[in-house]
Amino acid sequence: MSIEFIYPEFEVIRNESRCIACRVCERQCANEVHSYDPERGIMVADESKCVNCHRCVALCPTRALKIVKSDCALRENANWPQSTINEIYKQASSGGVLLSSMGNPNPLPVYWDKILINASQVTNPSIDPLREPMETKVCLGKKKQEIRRDENGKLVCEMTPQLELSVPIMFSAMSYGSISYNAHASLARAATELGILYNTGEGGLHEDFYVYGANTIVQVASGRFGVHKDYLEAAAAVEIKMGQGAKPGIGGHLPGAKIVGDVSRTRMIPEGTDAISPAPHHDIYSIEDLRQLVYSLKEATEYKKPVIVKVAAVHNIAAIASGIARSGADIISIDGFRGGTGAAPTRIRNNVGIPIELALASVDQRLREEGIRDNVSLVVGGSIRSSADVVKAVALGADACYIGTAALIALGCHLCRTCHSGKCNWGIATQRPDLVKRLNPDIGSKRLINLVRAWQHEIKELMGGMGINSIEALRGNRLMLRGVGLNEKELQILGISHAGE
Amino acid sequence: MKRIYVNEEWCLGCRLCEYNCAFANSGKRDMVTALKGKPIFPRIHIEGDDKISYAVSCRHCTDPICVKSCIAGAIYKSDGVVQIRKNKCVGCFTCVLVCPYGALSPSESGVMQKCELCLTNSVGEPACVKGCPNRAIVYEERGALNE
Repeated sequence: MSIEFIYPEFEVIRNESRCIACRVCERQCANEVHSYDPERGIMVADESKCVNCHRCVALCPTRALKIVKSDCALRENANWPQSTINEIYKQASSGGVLLSSMGNPNPLPVYWDKILINASQVTNPSIDPLREPMETKVCLGKKKQEIRRDENGKLVCEMTPQLELSVPIMFSAMSYGSISYNAHASLARAATELGILYNTGEGGLHEDFYVYGANTIVQVASGRFGVHKDYLEAAAAVEIKMGQGAKPGIGGHLPGAKIVGDVSRTRMIPEGTDAISPAPHHDIYSIEDLRQLVYSLKEATEYKKPVIVKVAAVHNIAAIASGIARSGADIISIDGFRGGTGAAPTRIRNNVGIPIELALASVDQRLREEGIRDNVSLVVGGSIRSSADVVKAVALGADACYIGTAALIALGCHLCRTCHSGKCNWGIATQRPDLVKRLNPDIGSKRLINLVRAWQHEIKELMGGMGINSIEALRGNRLMLRGVGLNEKELQILGISHAGE
Repeated sequence: MKRIYVNEEWCLGCRLCEYNCAFANSGKRDMVTALKGKPIFPRIHIEGDDKISYAVSCRHCTDPICVKSCIAGAIYKSDGVVQIRKNKCVGCFTCVLVCPYGALSPSESGVMQKCELCLTNSVGEPACVKGCPNRAIVYEERGALNE
């Protein structure tokens, strides 16, 4: 036992002079940290179970609680940080692969924070979005290369299928199973109200959400869970998931404990069985194979819906994207290495993949050079944290952004990164009915709508400052960006100048 | 009239409403001063178990049986709100016996108390509604109650 002991990561600090022993913390903690000691008449805490999700902190009516990082530390060592040592202890004890949730938390460079946006001064007018029209609408899908006219000289207006978004933001793929029914309901309702899209992830589409089909992207991933005719027909677009930013190169694993009731029915697998998505699609070993699946899905949906191919940002992403652009896909979605997940092996999440900023810049550049940029739209995700990130992504060449973590934070996620425990105290990453109901979709959808509307206002402000009144005019407009503290190579890949140039 | 309604689908059984109610009617400025180390006497109660729970407080019935049954004439209705004159209550518990919702209960001093929609205390709007973390308790206009 003693050799296995790891000192708890957090301390629960209770201000005894404020605590009224109402026991709300006890009732709200699924990790069973808090309890009432009737002998002493006070609340006590077992901090070894605390994941620092702040549910108790947020609900304590007298603000008597706070959670702090424990200062009980091993001898300082820059080469062997305590977290590394503790991981070795855990593995020596369990013999298992370490699991983590949400995006890579390590201090690797965030290029968004090293890119600055331009603004107009003197020689070109800026625009006030409150006084003048400002367009944030985008259409995703393959664009025609030429203008055609019929025999009478009239324009032929036939378009390939397009997705229309009121603002270049979509909710990224999060499966029903990895997140709760109420989280999905919130996303679906918000996407519909906002005129954007949400994504089912690889968990099928619950029958209650078919009504939101016009604002739904359905995913076809390597496990093919929940894929059937009605599912494909219900959606506005179909996404083939080849990879995920949090765990490039591996599949998914939803533990059997979460495959209960409706989750099992929606995924079309028996209750209690692990939902294991293979690492590769077993029918895709080349761009030609990918093309077959793209066209199978187009055939199944009568060429009415755009097909998205989602890949993780990895080393040869530009060449990969070039292949996808030639496969018949309408939209390429690229997920950076900071993208979130409900569970991933820690080593993969923290060490595999590349930053989305560099991937996006190199893909956009490559597709332009090859003259196939209009074949596809580019959607990027993997830690888009604010409207400024969206503006920078669009200026680097993205048509739209996927937000996942930001959307979950709007729903109440406090980024405690223990989704894999299935005991989400905020009712998001859980299937336990008593926890799921903590997320009221009336509140959740409203908060998502608020978030995206707020970002839309900010995008308009930033665009107006640059003297740009349409998001289309910002796309790929890298002259609007400058780098700070970046080396020549980084600037070259990003295709931007250094600040001051 | 506006009434308090409860949606048990969203009730978490956290009991914050009970504490907010007790505080709102304490007359104290601070919840700690009002409630620390004392038994609480809320006018709203959580019923149920781990699986389903809901908050119960006065329905402010169109034709309240408590008003009819009060032997001291302490319970009355004013602008649709069923209220109680505490100084008239004799503590006979008849109202507790007849109320089909269990909405009346003894106060700290022994006389009966009930939800008066926080209209008579300093809060001015129902504290249980304001403090509910999942909007399981709402205060809204839904027309007359059918009894």
